[in-house]
Amino acid sequence: MKKFKLIIALIAITTLSSCNDKTTRQAQYMPDMYESVPYDADGANGLKGAPVNSKPVAGTIPRGGVPAYDIPDTIDGYEKAKTALKSPLEKNEKNLENGKKMYTIYCVSCHGKKGDGQGYLATSEKFAGIPNYKDRDITEGSIYHVLMHGKNLMGSHSGQLTYKERWQIVQYVEVLRNDLLK
Amino acid sequence: MKSVTLQSRLTSVLLKSLTILLFFAFSVSSYSQDVDEARQKAGKKLFKSLCASCHKLDKKLVGPALGGVEERRENSWLKSWIKNNAEFQKVNAEAAEAAQYSATAMNAFPQLNDAQIDDILYYTTVGEIKKAPAAGEVMVGNQVLEKNGAPDWLVYLLAAAIVVAFLMIASLLKQVSELKGTKKPEVQSNLRRDLQELWVGVKNNTFLKVLTTIFLLLIGAYVVFGMLFTVGVDQGYQPIQPIAFSHKIHAGENKVDCQYCHSSAKHSKHSGIPSVNVCMNCHKAISEVAEGTEIEWNGQIYGKEQLDKEIAKVYDAAGWDPDELAYTGEEKPVKWIRIHNLPDFAYYNHAQHVTVAGVKCQKCHGPVEEMDEMYQYSPLTMGWCIDCHRETNVDLKSNDYYAKIHDELAKKYGVEKVTISQLGGLECGKCHY
Repeated sequence: MKKFKLIIALIAITTLSSCNDKTTRQAQYMPDMYESVPYDADGANGLKGAPVNSKPVAGTIPRGGVPAYDIPDTIDGYEKAKTALKSPLEKNEKNLENGKKMYTIYCVSCHGKKGDGQGYLATSEKFAGIPNYKDRDITEGSIYHVLMHGKNLMGSHSGQLTYKERWQIVQYVEVLRNDLLK
Repeated sequence: MKSVTLQSRLTSVLLKSLTILLFFAFSVSSYSQDVDEARQKAGKKLFKSLCASCHKLDKKLVGPALGGVEERRENSWLKSWIKNNAEFQKVNAEAAEAAQYSATAMNAFPQLNDAQIDDILYYTTVGEIKKAPAAGEVMVGNQVLEKNGAPDWLVYLLAAAIVVAFLMIASLLKQVSELKGTKKPEVQSNLRRDLQELWVGVKNNTFLKVLTTIFLLLIGAYVVFGMLFTVGVDQGYQPIQPIAFSHKIHAGENKVDCQYCHSSAKHSKHSGIPSVNVCMNCHKAISEVAEGTEIEWNGQIYGKEQLDKEIAKVYDAAGWDPDELAYTGEEKPVKWIRIHNLPDFAYYNHAQHVTVAGVKCQKCHGPVEEMDEMYQYSPLTMGWCIDCHRETNVDLKSNDYYAKIHDELAKKYGVEKVTISQLGGLECGKCHY
């Protein structure tokens, strides 16, 4: 009888103590069903102990992808993109709509809804010197180039956006710029 | 009496120091009277809107630090440079040399006139006007001190003192009652005898015995089932992350979109942890948090001093030298600890929920924009998934491809809008295969 009481008390204490610790996971039943056999995305230990998300082999093109952007991040590269690079996308409503959607996620914080450089991070003085699109002599090629490589304080956004999304944003930025120039 | 004199002495000291402070304040402000504030303000405004993306006054950014630039270059040289540096480089050898400073070319500013450039240069010469520490700010300082409250050890000491006092009072009362000669021991033995009789009575009563056993068994079953239901359910899981990253500051106060950092959520099964490259998009420029920023981290309040060190950890991971403003190439991935983790036997796809269904991130992850420290908000159990699939209607807008099947299903179930479950969202094979 005494032992029984002891067991109950022990169970109660362990449950209570295990509930309180937020920094550890709960017990798992048959953990081999929880953990995946293939490598997880962002996993720390991939092939030969190297991180999983390493860069693809140079020169490889994903299925349905396009060749890597090869205009270098230099002054000459910028000029080249500005004059020679053209959008492969058709200018239509659908592209523009998604361009606006992506612009609202990735650009609006600094460049603002209208592209006048009055985004929330600019007005709250976290960032200074965001240009108004109308003050800059930009073309679709130069916009794409800056999205790929970044310019001055702006970083590269190539990793967050796909090829198509970047050109859709370019299309939307050009529309914003034309509205500002009016 | 003694304390009163001490008090008055204290106030006099405070008053004196305040006068000294005020004196300094006035002397500083009278000194800054020499500065033409209107010009400084105009120059500052122009500088912030046009130059600040590449230049700071006291630090190198993309371009050189511009504090006191007029001491280094002629006014006319600067004007030609600012208006159109590319043209100026062709005629001036010094300018061509200056262009070698950075790999990026400076923009031309033909929209500025001479007076405006003079204002900007004036700002770079005089810099910021230091605000005099007014009496009001001293008050703020006091309030901050008060807010911190008593230290922890004091609280414990007080608690211990209260316990000791109780024990003393109890022993005193006992002594008093013993002195009075109350026959307490007899009462106790009476009570014990009563309890013993009750116990014997219960032991002999079969009905009561069965009832107690059933009761105990039920309690036991409740406890055991309660425990079993927590197996593998990590609601509230909040591990200590390697960097004190506050979602409240980034997504809440600065209103950065969730998908800015978790950009793979729109196309992939995984929402993904952003690489430090994404952090550096902003933190290249922001190496310090704003004055007065505070977050709650692991039960402690982190102020500006600690948070600046946390940003330095990002630089360390990205291999960024904040003094040279260049990458060193030594990268160390940050070992973030994954919080939301579905078992491998359940399939979940972010893209399907975020892009196709348009579900807000907060629906499953909770009010992330209010969390300093991230934790698992939802249980992520199957019952929880199914609840949502039963309640949520399928969005039929611009979904013409499936319009026919939607219509037929709506007719079949006799409803206007089809829920996810009616579309097959409860099929086992949708998530387990």
